[in-house]
Amino acid sequence: MPLLCVSELTMRFGGLTAVDALSFDARAGDITAVIGPNGAGKTTVFNCITGFYRATSGKIALSHDGGDFELSGMPGHIITRRAKVARTFQNIRLFSGMTVLENLLVAQHNFAMPNVARGLLSVFGLGGYRGLEAQALERAKLWLDAVQLTARADEPAGSLPYGAQRRLEIARAMCTRPVLLCLDEPAAGLNPRESDELSALLIRIRAEGTAILLIEHDMGVVMRISDHVVVLDHGRKISDGTAEYIRNDPHVIAAYLGEGDEGLDDDAAEVAA
Amino acid sequence: MTARVRSPLVTALRDAGISGLVALGLFAAMVGLQTNVTNTGKMELVPNFGVVGLLVAVTMVFRFALVLWRQTRGIPVISLKPSRFAGSGRLVAPLLLLAALTLPIYGGRYWIDVGILVMTYVMLGWGLNIVVGLAGLLDLGYVAFYAVGAYSYALLAQNFDLGFWTCLPLAGLLAAFWGVLLGFPVLRLRGDYLAIVTLAFGEIIRVVILNWTELTGGPNGISGIPRPTFFGLTFNVGGGPGSFADFFGLEPSITHRVAFLYYVIFGLALLTNWVSMRLRRLPLGRAWEALREDEIACRALGINVTVTKLTAFAIGAAFGGFAGAFFATRQAFISPESFTFIESAIVLAIVVLGGLGSQLGVALAAVVMIGGGELVREFNEYRMLIFGVALVVVMVTRPRGLVSGRTPSVSLGQSKLISADMTSQGHG
Repeated sequence: MPLLCVSELTMRFGGLTAVDALSFDARAGDITAVIGPNGAGKTTVFNCITGFYRATSGKIALSHDGGDFELSGMPGHIITRRAKVARTFQNIRLFSGMTVLENLLVAQHNFAMPNVARGLLSVFGLGGYRGLEAQALERAKLWLDAVQLTARADEPAGSLPYGAQRRLEIARAMCTRPVLLCLDEPAAGLNPRESDELSALLIRIRAEGTAILLIEHDMGVVMRISDHVVVLDHGRKISDGTAEYIRNDPHVIAAYLGEGDEGLDDDAAEVAA
Repeated sequence: MTARVRSPLVTALRDAGISGLVALGLFAAMVGLQTNVTNTGKMELVPNFGVVGLLVAVTMVFRFALVLWRQTRGIPVISLKPSRFAGSGRLVAPLLLLAALTLPIYGGRYWIDVGILVMTYVMLGWGLNIVVGLAGLLDLGYVAFYAVGAYSYALLAQNFDLGFWTCLPLAGLLAAFWGVLLGFPVLRLRGDYLAIVTLAFGEIIRVVILNWTELTGGPNGISGIPRPTFFGLTFNVGGGPGSFADFFGLEPSITHRVAFLYYVIFGLALLTNWVSMRLRRLPLGRAWEALREDEIACRALGINVTVTKLTAFAIGAAFGGFAGAFFATRQAFISPESFTFIESAIVLAIVVLGGLGSQLGVALAAVVMIGGGELVREFNEYRMLIFGVALVVVMVTRPRGLVSGRTPSVSLGQSKLISADMTSQGHG
């Protein structure tokens, strides 16, 4: 039973079909990469999975120890809170005026404040918030350490260098204690050394039991760490398999290098036949 | 701050000296010179430097003791040298508090009245600061909650014969309820649209009050609203049994009531400040600030944006309601005229002028805008002009308000002030 099962997912914006009857699986404990040329619909798939878009049709099923969830049509914050899917953004979205530590604490909002009544009681020191706050702080320190930001914990997130902001966003997403982490181009804008560090971080996250869904253009990172790669082009899946398999798939090469349309159609006909 | 190590006594003495100088500068003008009207009707200045000396001495002794105590406890002493204006909150805030606390002692009836007015706006400013400064939701109709609070108390007192202290929480609750009610339809709106809808809400409340004559008395308002009591003791001007003056064996004086009202609003304002400062350090307040910084990221982190916005609206509104109930009991008469849009505009101006999210800035702005407005009252028609020019000057020179910058709500090591350029002002 896969962790995430996307079936026949379609997303239309007016006349534009951004995602067209897409089906793929992501297994628990795997790093699943979603790749494809610009405009292939990768981020749209992410937005459907994380509740930012409501899919036109299709199903997104998630099942883990906590239960089975149908993500399409579920409000975004519930997807993170109950279905335990966390995400980062292509253009970094940190709380730039809050410190690095505060960013990590906001991510644990639902753990530190299980409901509004307890949140209000904590004004008067009731509702056991002290213990919850201490736990949240411990977890934040753990992740600060994991992304080497302990020394900068008290600086505003907006003042960090770009690479550190990327790492912080991943740490923040991990502070929501997800079972599936969706990363939208985490290596964009990183130098080779930072990309290597990122790969190590993602492998560590996988080792700790969180599955990763990864959109990435940096093929070095994708090929090195992915257990499974899904290739999209124009909203459709054109290939699906191990990194080794898709590297040699003519459809993928065609999509990336822009082979003539006729050739592609011929290939498609061959596959169909 | 210097690198040299001084003996604790020297450091404490030095610090006390600087505090004394600052206190002297502040109190010399505020307390030292009193205006009196002579028999011939002229104004004269009466020097009152004895009290100034006393206040300065008290400040110095307290600072000396505090610094000494902190050093023996090993708590780092923050240097009093006013290096940057933004960092001076530690110094200005206690002095402002002291000046406010002792106002009824050195100020006359007139100044206590001005103090009550200023405190009311400080409280409103702090209440609105929760919505605008922390949660980043631009609310142009804050006066609606002020009106709900005032009319709640007035109507409950008239129809059910309830006292001020019973009605105060009820007024807050009712205002919070209306805050949630307003919150629901506007949750999806941002920026300009939110501002327009809240503006309309403020006007709707006023127009309803104006036209629902059977309940609210319409344009005639409600009069004879009961005054607050001090643990059951009244403040009758004539004295008599059960009155404050009688119980304490004092000469009945109207000043007692005014001073009492002053301390009531002072306490309410401090409560507002305490609750909002505390909330800032709790998950709820942190979520508000996160909401101001980036709403989409909040959703991605599993924060229920709807509930978070509603709590900000409700809590901000509750404090507006408290202030409204106080306004009703102070005036003993309310009418829809007191709740026009200009009130919302003034409170918002106080928050923006003071610096979004800054408690000290809001208090300073209220003192400057309301107290300063009283000072230039003699210029009559030029008052608004002076006011406008002053606002423009402040906004040009300090675009993020008098006190900008944000103090982190939690820190592992030394907490540093975050520059206002970093923080977002919210998108509505």
